[in-house]
Amino acid sequence: MTRAPENRDAFSVLDRPNSYIGKTVPRPNLDRLMQGRGQYVSDIELPRMAHVVFLRSPHAHARITGIDGAAAKRMPGVIAVVTGQEIAAVITPWVGVLSHLKGLKSAPQSAIAVDRVCWQGEAVAAIIATSRAAAEDAAEHVAVAYEELDAVTDMQTALDPTTSVIHPALGDNLAFERNHDAGTVDAAFAASDEVVEAEFIFGRHTGVTLEPRSVVADWNAAEARLTIYQGTQAPHMVQNIAALHLGLQESQVRVVCKDVGGSFGIKVHIYADEMATYALSKLLRRPVKFVADRVESFNTDIHARDHRCKGKIGVKRDGTITAFEIDDLTGIGPYSMYPRTSAIEANQVVNLVGGPYATKNYRARARVVFQNKNVMCQYRAVGHPIACSVTESLVDLAAMKIGMDPVEIRRRNLIADDAYPCASPSGLRFEQLSHHAALAKLIKMMDYDALRAEQATLRARNIHRGIGIASFIEVTNPSAAFYGVGGAKISSQDGVALRLDAQGAVVCQTSITEQGQGSESLTAQIVGSVLGVSMDRVRVILGDTDNTPYGGGTWASRGAGIGGEAALQATKVLRRNILDVAAAILQSTPGELDIINNSVVNVSDGAPRIELSELARIVYFRPDTLPPGIQAELMATRHFVPREYPFAFTNGVQASWLEVDTDTGFVKLLKHWVVEDCGTIINPQLVDEQIRGGVVQGLGAALFEKCVYDERGQLTNANMADYLVPMSGEMPDIDVGHVVSPTLESELGAKGAGEAGTAGAAAAVTNAVNDALRPFRTIVTEIPLTPQIILTALGRI
Amino acid sequence: MKASAFAYARATSVVNALELLAAYGDKAKVLSGGQSLMPAMNLRLISPEFIVDIGELAELRGIVVKGDVLTVRALTRHVDVLGSPEIATHAPLLRDATSHVAHPAIRNRGTLGGSLAHADPAAELPACMVALGATVIVCGPQGERRIPAQEFFTGIYETALSPQELLVAVELPVAQKDSAHFFHEFARRQGDYAIVGLAAQAIIQGDQFADLRLGFFAVGDRPLLAKAAENLVNVAVTSEVLASASAALSEELDPQEDQQATPAMRRHLAKVLLSRCVATLLSRPDLREGARA
Repeated sequence: MTRAPENRDAFSVLDRPNSYIGKTVPRPNLDRLMQGRGQYVSDIELPRMAHVVFLRSPHAHARITGIDGAAAKRMPGVIAVVTGQEIAAVITPWVGVLSHLKGLKSAPQSAIAVDRVCWQGEAVAAIIATSRAAAEDAAEHVAVAYEELDAVTDMQTALDPTTSVIHPALGDNLAFERNHDAGTVDAAFAASDEVVEAEFIFGRHTGVTLEPRSVVADWNAAEARLTIYQGTQAPHMVQNIAALHLGLQESQVRVVCKDVGGSFGIKVHIYADEMATYALSKLLRRPVKFVADRVESFNTDIHARDHRCKGKIGVKRDGTITAFEIDDLTGIGPYSMYPRTSAIEANQVVNLVGGPYATKNYRARARVVFQNKNVMCQYRAVGHPIACSVTESLVDLAAMKIGMDPVEIRRRNLIADDAYPCASPSGLRFEQLSHHAALAKLIKMMDYDALRAEQATLRARNIHRGIGIASFIEVTNPSAAFYGVGGAKISSQDGVALRLDAQGAVVCQTSITEQGQGSESLTAQIVGSVLGVSMDRVRVILGDTDNTPYGGGTWASRGAGIGGEAALQATKVLRRNILDVAAAILQSTPGELDIINNSVVNVSDGAPRIELSELARIVYFRPDTLPPGIQAELMATRHFVPREYPFAFTNGVQASWLEVDTDTGFVKLLKHWVVEDCGTIINPQLVDEQIRGGVVQGLGAALFEKCVYDERGQLTNANMADYLVPMSGEMPDIDVGHVVSPTLESELGAKGAGEAGTAGAAAAVTNAVNDALRPFRTIVTEIPLTPQIILTALGRI
Repeated sequence: MKASAFAYARATSVVNALELLAAYGDKAKVLSGGQSLMPAMNLRLISPEFIVDIGELAELRGIVVKGDVLTVRALTRHVDVLGSPEIATHAPLLRDATSHVAHPAIRNRGTLGGSLAHADPAAELPACMVALGATVIVCGPQGERRIPAQEFFTGIYETALSPQELLVAVELPVAQKDSAHFFHEFARRQGDYAIVGLAAQAIIQGDQFADLRLGFFAVGDRPLLAKAAENLVNVAVTSEVLASASAALSEELDPQEDQQATPAMRRHLAKVLLSRCVATLLSRPDLREGARA
């Protein structure tokens, strides 16, 4: 269903001659990046800059009984060896909790471990030297004495009374618990014709950004000011946190974030080693660079998922789903991450399960426990893959039980496209979703009936292919409901400031950031379209707290929807201001004038009246020629935050077509389809590639990626040979289609698209594998779906 | 992730390389294509004091056919093997196997000699050498030694090569009339080390094997030339015959456990490979399901 915008006039601002909206245009930053002129933090060299290497704990849980850095300090090039105790003089510890997540608890975490390490990989000392190599050499000579403690590794036993408590002051290993009960769940199950239960297991995995986390901190003692160059998604959040814990005013901290080589949520958190680097710069009064190497990335970049979720669904013989129930358990490492906390994913799972469906009966419990493993926190599509996999697997299992086609059961239960606005049983408010239109489009794109026929034919020849469908909802454009209400100083609003320069070009400063998803491009597209100038006249500046408006940054699929709307509104003001001056110069009225192709023109006949360059010349250099009382304002700023809905939900559906080799357990992905609805599409190519990239990350979770810990809490595959990221050779073609339901909260109408691909890919694959395995009367409910798991399910080994 | 400091010399000749190795012995490592050595050094898994770089030794490059012998010199890069008409004609098994070695960037630098000297039990090329009955030629202070491939590989990353010796070439018998080959490996992703793999070289006369050499890899601490092949030679292969060969293979295997597979899974996959190999080489699709028994 393509919904016509209700407010036609408002949309005309986007639907103008030479508009870039809805068009695939090349990203303005491509030439710069392709010519090697990117400005990544690891490229930065400052005078007197030192390099820090962190000596990291080899134990999952141990008491530090002594650190001897004397030999290391004598090594060539070594500037300092700093312990947790020493660095505590300049930086305070933190506790990762939010007040709206009731009951969430965590323990104080330090920049460098003080007397105890709680996971393998936690920093115990910093070695600062003139080069990374010299610091690594010296690190081998720092002697740390440990007394090993019991490690809590299995989340299933973390709450047992016999299990030791990681932080005794907290009383137990339970970080957070949420219970939710809506409708009449017990009665609904009792009235069901069939009730199906299963337990789903999700492997712990991580983001694997191409560029590792990196930071250069430069304390300028003369100015009493700290400049932090960091690959982050949220510069103002970093500014706030750094100032808070270093005892500075925010005005004393500048955060600069230029090019970032991938984030995926990994770089939206505050890490202990980054905090230590800020502190070391202050302590040593010189620039200090920290660039995580790949092993460190695996051991310290946040991990995600790692859930065990029991699920239950009730269904009637006519296909009506009567109720969902889940009991989710997740282990988050020894600390709740700062400042966004590690309870968000489980909370999100509770929010999202059953979300696409009409039933009002839903019960959920989620428990979040501490363990001696690396910290876990928000990674792309937080909670979505868990919720979607549990929900969609349950729906397929219910369909299988009553002998109904997986598409048909969804048709009978997805919330009707004309039922909006409405709310989910977990209380989420939906403005306008399009599940049925999306499903209909998907079925057409994949030619569902033909695939089913092909599947049947091949099955007779002992070739086992499967089709998996997964509907999903996606949280985007978060308002203050995400973090602000819980007390975190993470802005949910964003701002854009525009200035017409003296030659009629536009300088645009925005508070959203660019990590490769095209923030710069979409901002320039909006500004160019709404103002009436060509994109090459729009220069976008982002990622600098000294030089952009205050705002949240780019995460949770908020850049286009929130930052884009701020750009639109700021451009409207600038346009009005320009036309006011133009009217004065041309002895016309603003209503009779427009801006098209870098010139002010007549609305009536389109005739050019004055070029913007000429207008700017007059305003800046001959204001004396303007009529009395006319003061041009060729700079405009606007901010935006969604107020009506806490989140702009989007929706979509994915399908997977794959083949299972039942002799070997190997899965070959043949094709993948996605139909999604992100509202107004600013740049189709950027949206499609967001979706494809998201799908690939979801496929990684489905088939390959897992942080493998042993029972002593050792991460055993912290390298790119043993931790399997999805690679192009195994990826199928991914066809992407769209349904467009703009949000009416903004004039732009854009919702996010960054989580959609990841949200449903694993669910579609799992359902497809189970569909393929149907003749063998077995199912798999664990990802990654390794050959070992499939062969075991088939009883072959 | 920076290597510890090390001394470095670029050898100017094989003689010079041998002198350097004689001087530094087991403190030295030979740098060929560097595709395994450099990551190991950067991870500080090994910290050799001395690197002998043989990369410029033109005398160690090249592929030559003389009579019934195909000689591939040690510095021949994987990409050169893939593009060589001599290898396509005389050792097509080696070409097929090499296309499974890692990724193009690695194949552009990695060398045949480096892979053999490294002796990763999950690597493709050592198994090909065993299946093809290759002779490994090494040079040392006492001159040249010719070592049959089966005796060359002695364990995980272990070979018959002494620290003073340099692997200079391999000699392969050229493919005979009626010869056929099969190569397949199970890896999670294209280019990964195999979970189980098989490099097989056969002579087929009529509808029977006149000879069959099965080089399994990633099933033990070194490539395995499976004796189970004997069950399949000079006999009409039925599913019963295949089943007995499969059982015999199972007896021979001593697979290790790692993150990809348990020993049971490796044993199972090796039997699947055996069935698929026999079915393919004899063009007998009915035997493909043999492993199900």
